[in-house]
Amino acid sequence: MSLDKDAVRAIANLARIEVRDEELDHLAGELSNILHFVEQLSEVNTDGVLPMSSVAAMTLPMRKDAVTDGGIPDLVLANAPEAEDGFFTVPKVVE
Amino acid sequence: MAYIIQGETGDWEIVIGLEVHAQVISKAKLFSGAATEFGAEPNTQVSFVDAAMPGMLPVINEICVEQAVRTGLGLRAKINLTSVFARKNYFYADLPQGYQISQFDQPIVGEGELILDLPDGSTRTVGIERLHLEQDAGKSIHDMHPSKSFIDLNRSGVALMEIVSKPDLRSPEEAGLYLTKLRSILRYLGTCDGNMQEGSMRCDANVSVRPVGATELRTRCEIKNVNSIRFVQQAIEYEARRHIDVYESGGTIRQETRLFDSGKCETRSMRSKEHAHDYRYFPDPDLLPLVIEQSFVDGIEAGLPELPDDKKARFMAEYGLNAYDAGVLVAERISADFFETVAKGRDAKIACNWVMGDFFAALNATGKTIENPPVSAADLGALIDLIKDGTLSGRLAKDVFALMVETGKAPAVLVEEKGLRQVTDTGAIEAAIDAVIAANPDKVQQVRDGKTTLLGWFVGQVMKSTQGKANPAMVNEMLSKKVLG
Repeated sequence: MSLDKDAVRAIANLARIEVRDEELDHLAGELSNILHFVEQLSEVNTDGVLPMSSVAAMTLPMRKDAVTDGGIPDLVLANAPEAEDGFFTVPKVVE
Repeated sequence: MAYIIQGETGDWEIVIGLEVHAQVISKAKLFSGAATEFGAEPNTQVSFVDAAMPGMLPVINEICVEQAVRTGLGLRAKINLTSVFARKNYFYADLPQGYQISQFDQPIVGEGELILDLPDGSTRTVGIERLHLEQDAGKSIHDMHPSKSFIDLNRSGVALMEIVSKPDLRSPEEAGLYLTKLRSILRYLGTCDGNMQEGSMRCDANVSVRPVGATELRTRCEIKNVNSIRFVQQAIEYEARRHIDVYESGGTIRQETRLFDSGKCETRSMRSKEHAHDYRYFPDPDLLPLVIEQSFVDGIEAGLPELPDDKKARFMAEYGLNAYDAGVLVAERISADFFETVAKGRDAKIACNWVMGDFFAALNATGKTIENPPVSAADLGALIDLIKDGTLSGRLAKDVFALMVETGKAPAVLVEEKGLRQVTDTGAIEAAIDAVIAANPDKVQQVRDGKTTLLGWFVGQVMKSTQGKANPAMVNEMLSKKVLG
């Protein structure tokens, strides 16, 4: 599978990464190479093999339903570029 | 009855599937220990996990898993012992992670069903496609500043169950019934409070139309986040009409996300969501597959309460109620319990009539809720006992009930205080009848000449002279004998 310039432009847009038009060809080549490299895996027949999700035989650990966190609005907002009245503020996003 | 929309080129039917986001009842969030309570000060219920600080890892809340399984069982659905969390990637200001942890191809709950109770007493089964667990996003507030949106992450990370129906619904009315029934089941199970106003239950509607008789599914549009059952119905009605107009004027429908404007009662395209369907799902590398034991599921199943469908069937069998009455009474667990308290050891149909009639009317009139009723179930039961033992006639009972609503006093107390006891003493009733007869010889003659409808007037006069306290059945019987011989 290869990516063309339009696909790279769309992916960049979805990821909110600004890419200049003159960079698209180069990136399309690089990303396609990565895909080709990974595609080698599909040469292996994996019929009936379940995806491996962990190298250790572990299941998802669970937590009790208890309030043990929160109440730290100042810390939560500490790195915000902008905050007001306890809220994060961002450029207006509304339909 | 089929819901058909008449177009210019022929008849059309609507195909509707609903996605309901139901907020899970839990103390803490799905993957963090922050509180879930509604209405707290902004960003006070946010952990570093919910704010997506680098290096924070999600740890799943076992109660949220339990609630999802419980809901699945309530929908008679297949429970998947292994399910997988995936990242659904999209960019929005109130989604700090840049993705929502959700479930994609392996949800915790698979196919199930929900039974609609139609107004004519019949039922219709609607398929459930799946139920999965996912995180809620934060909340954006757009009206606090001219050029900025304010973001509160308190809701970020709260557990949601997304419950997806099959495209089995065929009318706005059925969509409303589906939501009502789903909310009822969730409340019985205690897995979601179903409060659409506070946003703990939200609905997206997928709508398409097709000519009657066609079996193919046409392009659908998704109407997002409609926050009341009535609005869902209005949105579907508008959207279906729009599709038909487009098709009939030779156009095509584009799959898109639309917004319902409840003020204008119309839907419109959400341009910001144009590329939103490209979510690039992949398994969340922070979370192992969720594996639960069959014994865990069995334990939850053993603890399930009697659900609305079973309760309705029991009310019909045990109390002899009709499907409609039983359906209304079981819609809320608390009204079902209220009815059962009133009906216990009494005539169930009389109890049902009082609860569905005077009692529900009193709830409406006083603006009170059944959690804090104007008349308790025990008092209403006692009132019915007073009718049964002859202390009160049906007519007096209605007066006593009105006084109970007004004063909150027990019926026996009111009967004593106001002297409302029914008169069943033959002598007293006879005296009253004789007085009316003596005062109206001309009317007595008319009755004897065949104008028997006048007897009703006599009954009214006797009841009036006894302040409504005479036993109406005795008055009727004795009057006939005396006047007609």
